[in-house]
Amino acid sequence: MKKIKLLTALLVAGTLFVSCSDDDDNTPEIVNEEELITTVTVTLAPEGNGDDITLQLQDLDGDGSDKPVYTVSGSLAANMVYDGSIVLWNETESPAENITEEVEEEGDEHQFFYSVGTGLDLTTEYADLDEDGNPIGIEFTVTTGEASTGTLTFTLRHEPSKPNDGSLADAGGETDVEASFDIEIE
Amino acid sequence: MYMLLYAISMLLFGSISPISQDCDNTLSGTVIDLHDSSVLSGALLIVAGTEQAVQTDVDGNYTITGLCDGTYSIQVSHPYCLTQGYTVKVSGNTSKIFRLEHHLEELNEVTIKGETYQREAKTIFKNKISTEKLEDFSNGSLGDALNSLSGVSSLNTGNAVVKPMVHGLHSSRVVIVNNGVRMEDQEWGAEHAPNIDVNSVGNLTLIKGAGALQYGGGAVGGVIVADALKVPVKDSLYGKTLWNLASNGRGSSVTSQLTKSYQNGWYATAQGTVKRYGDFETPDYVLSNTGIFERSASLHFGLNRFKYGLEGYYSFFKNEIGILRASHLGGASDQLAAINSNRPLVIEDFTYDIAEPRQDVTHHLARLKIFSRFEGLGKLSLQYDFQRNNRLEYDIRVGDDADKASIDLELDTHTVLLDLDSDLTEKINLKTGVMARYQTNFADPTTGIRRLIPDYDKYDLGGYAVADYDLNENLLIEIGGRFDYTYMDAFKFYRTSTWESRNYDELYPDIIVEETGNQILTNPQLSFYNASATAAATYAFDDEYKIFFNYSLASRAPNPSELFSEGLHHSASRIEMGDLGFKSEIAHKGAMTFERQNPIFSFSINPFINSINDFIVIEPTSIEQTIRGNFQVWEYRQTDALLLGFDLDASYAFTENLRLDHQFSFVKGYDQSREEPLISMPPVNTKNSVVYQNPKINNLQLALQSEFVFRQNEFPNNNFEVYIPQTETNEIVDVSTSPDAYHVLNFNSSVDFNITQKSQLTVGFKVTNLLDNSYRNYLNRLRYYADELGRNYLLNLKLNY
Repeated sequence: MKKIKLLTALLVAGTLFVSCSDDDDNTPEIVNEEELITTVTVTLAPEGNGDDITLQLQDLDGDGSDKPVYTVSGSLAANMVYDGSIVLWNETESPAENITEEVEEEGDEHQFFYSVGTGLDLTTEYADLDEDGNPIGIEFTVTTGEASTGTLTFTLRHEPSKPNDGSLADAGGETDVEASFDIEIE
Repeated sequence: MYMLLYAISMLLFGSISPISQDCDNTLSGTVIDLHDSSVLSGALLIVAGTEQAVQTDVDGNYTITGLCDGTYSIQVSHPYCLTQGYTVKVSGNTSKIFRLEHHLEELNEVTIKGETYQREAKTIFKNKISTEKLEDFSNGSLGDALNSLSGVSSLNTGNAVVKPMVHGLHSSRVVIVNNGVRMEDQEWGAEHAPNIDVNSVGNLTLIKGAGALQYGGGAVGGVIVADALKVPVKDSLYGKTLWNLASNGRGSSVTSQLTKSYQNGWYATAQGTVKRYGDFETPDYVLSNTGIFERSASLHFGLNRFKYGLEGYYSFFKNEIGILRASHLGGASDQLAAINSNRPLVIEDFTYDIAEPRQDVTHHLARLKIFSRFEGLGKLSLQYDFQRNNRLEYDIRVGDDADKASIDLELDTHTVLLDLDSDLTEKINLKTGVMARYQTNFADPTTGIRRLIPDYDKYDLGGYAVADYDLNENLLIEIGGRFDYTYMDAFKFYRTSTWESRNYDELYPDIIVEETGNQILTNPQLSFYNASATAAATYAFDDEYKIFFNYSLASRAPNPSELFSEGLHHSASRIEMGDLGFKSEIAHKGAMTFERQNPIFSFSINPFINSINDFIVIEPTSIEQTIRGNFQVWEYRQTDALLLGFDLDASYAFTENLRLDHQFSFVKGYDQSREEPLISMPPVNTKNSVVYQNPKINNLQLALQSEFVFRQNEFPNNNFEVYIPQTETNEIVDVSTSPDAYHVLNFNSSVDFNITQKSQLTVGFKVTNLLDNSYRNYLNRLRYYADELGRNYLLNLKLNY
């Protein structure tokens, strides 16, 4: 009969073990993604006279269903040099977080690439360097040629092979940002 | 030739006149306890009509020599057992296991007949992998071991994440039972391998159907049962150590096990494994970041008496797995570049380091079971088990988050099972039971990445009854039913844009808890009612032929990833979408097996058909633009699926030492609503091996295996177009086309040495992919990026003591 007692004791213990589940009604904490890039702003400042041209890509819901919105503030002037700079924002946080700073800090692991569409007459050049003396591409210059239209694509690659020949194919790595703008040179 | 003549003479004269034959056959085998399979030493076997009487040795083995072909009456007795008479048909050297009713003095009037310890259904053809065969996979994974069976393929993510696939189904459709505990380890993801060390398993049984109703009804694909070895009831101390060394991956694994048992029924087994591999290699390049570091340990103890007993089991499993660096991609254009390149885009020097992307999974499993036999009622057992699974997935991240996991899920599961196994009559056995389970998932928000799987609590209640009826000696009928109730209470954040675009704002306005910024917190509470049933029969024609019929109904509630997925799944570089409105999947599977067991030529053929209503499948639907580029959107949807095929196993012995083994598996899967093939169905494959075994030369074993996998010609076209700004072109990303057929040769050999009377050393040498072929496997999710492993030399040493 001792065995039956033992059995009963174990039965009771087993039941107790299970019944102590936590019944907290705490709702989970929201996650606002820290590395999320919602906004890419490219500023092209003409050397000499003229207004800055801004190219912006904004996708406030990240990989959600809403389409990204592209805005180009105006057209570029022919035969002109522009100082370009790129800022990346996470606007789901408030205040908005500047992601460019992280890219700059890890400059040796990042690089922007500029792909110029066939119709568009312009050239680009890097204007900044990482700790190893390779370009990062947050700062750059754009030299426009004759009047034309086409796409200008900014691609940020993470862990590209550095140095590279400036082409995406040679650099490899992973795409963090890809922004294509329709550009007009007047 | 001799064999053929012998066979003909057997046929002609065998039944007529036993006198004309050689009378030098032996009958050998073991005498074991019917209830717990412990061996019975000192049992006396008397052959009626001759003067022969032999006793079993300490391991329960006996050998009776000088027998003719024919039928003998043998009386088996043991001091603590009921003496029983058996009739045994001797044909050549025959082996026979006698099962005695042990501990009869404690039984009083109750006599329990049949294999009451066998828990799984008896009417389903089962594939078993013995301890010896499992040891062959000591350095691999559970999935690798199962892959050696016909009808089982594996869904791979690289070479270390191996997920078993039974008759074309995987993940939550294949239930894995580890030492009586249903594994709850976030099995939903294709890149989640089962968290079991193959070395902690004594026997591995595969049931290709929903047969084991005790463990749950959701086994649409099948059930895999991993059990510890039975420990004999005697004073003993034994163990084994296995050491493996592999050239590919330049790594090693060590596993050790020690068992202590006592005559009074107490026993304990401790076991531990450490496995470490660096980057694996294809014939042409290093697969960067594919190392693995696995540690596991288990403790098993208990008291084994006939009337009552208890069993405790604890296992710890921790696995760090590197995921091929070249498979981590940004968007669709990166994927295009990776697919178009025939070499991985990242190849570095060999290293043991496991960097991002990687997985780090820890699984604890604890189980306590007690049982007691009650007169007139049967065996009642109560089990409580607890599992904690912590899954960490690390992506390549930047800045302050570089070392943070992207996914951090903790899944706790408590289960209580109460089972009753009773013999209604001498011929009818009834098993019934109830189950209660509580599960809670916590997704750590500190990852800084939106949860792939939300926080949820899940409650399950289930009950089952299975009866088997020994109609006569040849026919066994089994029928069973199960009912499960599942209630899920989740807290899920949706992106407002997704919530609205999927029309959830109109369908489920009541579940909104709060709206913050661009996210909505919801509280879906879902209930599922699932019925499962099985009806089966086994008919044995004679000693050699058997036929199994099985019908099973299985229903599976959708898993959290199918219900709640919403967002970018980094490891697959695609956006995944679940659906809150999913119903349970309901499968009707019919299977038949025709089997012949014969020392010369044995075979089994197993055709099946599985019709699944509301089958949940994930497939691409569109392309979505994000700041990171274009991503393919994969949405889960429900359809009607039909799977059919057959498995064929055959073995032919040319001589006593030389054997040919053959395996062939054929599976077809169709989406009936779309009238197209289902994705990720295993291609037709065949394995053939020539095995030479000679017990006289230190049990020398040599085997050459050829594995041929045909090309999968039936796959849905999921290709998509993506705009590449650099070239200003639209390019097709070919994610559908299957790789070519391939052929791989493997060599395996082993030899035994007796070191002392009680210890034995087995030395094994193995070569996989002997010809160093480059090939890709349709069922490997990383097939777009890299080839499979090249040649691998493996040395293994096993010491039994």
